[in-house]
Amino acid sequence: MKFAVLAFPGSNCEMDLYNAIKDIIKEDVELVSYKNDSLAGFDAVLIPGGFSYGDYLRSGAIARFSPIIPALQKFAKSGKPVLGICNGFQILTEAGLLPGSLQKNVSAKFICKDETLVVNNDHSIFSSEYQKGQLITLPIAHGDGNYYADQETLKDLVANDQIVFKYTNNPNGSVDNIAGIVNKQGNVLGMMPHPERAVEDILGSSDGKGVFQSIVKHIKSRGVIYE
Amino acid sequence: MALVKVYVNYKKSILNPEAEAVHKALQRLGYENVEDVKLGKYFELTVADGKSKADLDAEINEICDKLLANYNMENYHYEIEETEAAQ
Repeated sequence: MKFAVLAFPGSNCEMDLYNAIKDIIKEDVELVSYKNDSLAGFDAVLIPGGFSYGDYLRSGAIARFSPIIPALQKFAKSGKPVLGICNGFQILTEAGLLPGSLQKNVSAKFICKDETLVVNNDHSIFSSEYQKGQLITLPIAHGDGNYYADQETLKDLVANDQIVFKYTNNPNGSVDNIAGIVNKQGNVLGMMPHPERAVEDILGSSDGKGVFQSIVKHIKSRGVIYE
Repeated sequence: MALVKVYVNYKKSILNPEAEAVHKALQRLGYENVEDVKLGKYFELTVADGKSKADLDAEINEICDKLLANYNMENYHYEIEETEAAQ
């Protein structure tokens, strides 16, 4: 199976993702420029962290109009897995592929440290390798990670079991301690913490591996999806 | 030509930590009568003539909804000023 890692001007975690997939998960992976207009041949798309377009205007607001985005929307609509991490999460909300938005951290500071998350949904495409209630440690590194959704949207997220990861010690002010959500269909995940930076013990934690292993397991059990 | 002044700010329900930091700084400086601070974005769009007022309104609203503001957390309003081409 083959992963695409999108790269926008200002992305800075694309090689971390690329190496995590290639060296640790041991699957095919290719970098895909924001200028491309096709995702044909890929089984899953990963959108990396960073500061696309310098976070000008709002995080993800300009990347969201890149040539690759219509192909991404089509890919997501077909039911194939899409994972946006950090700036990737921000791009997914701006592109309308995930509800809500990411605001400035309540402290108004950039926060870069390890956080403990609790797995809130262990049957999503992205979290089936974990147990519900399991505690995992992943690094966060963001200034705009404060997830906001209005009350009605939040109710939907809870009712549809869309909240996949929660912070145990909310670092940024996110509603309901949300660290990661999936869309209603369950094939698009956005999360602020960085699983790709926690894939081997030498990095301090290998707790992030499960996210990618879950995707691989899903794709291998489901077979080819035609767009 | 027309100059369109677009003001984007956070909805009331949204915390704005940057505005709060500015407010606290003003209080520290002794401006205790400043009761609230809003901190948003301001855009000036210079647009060519040729569109009716209604079409221009529709276009500016589209620009704001699509790009300049995020309706999830922000509101916007705008003013249109007729300007001389020389300016």
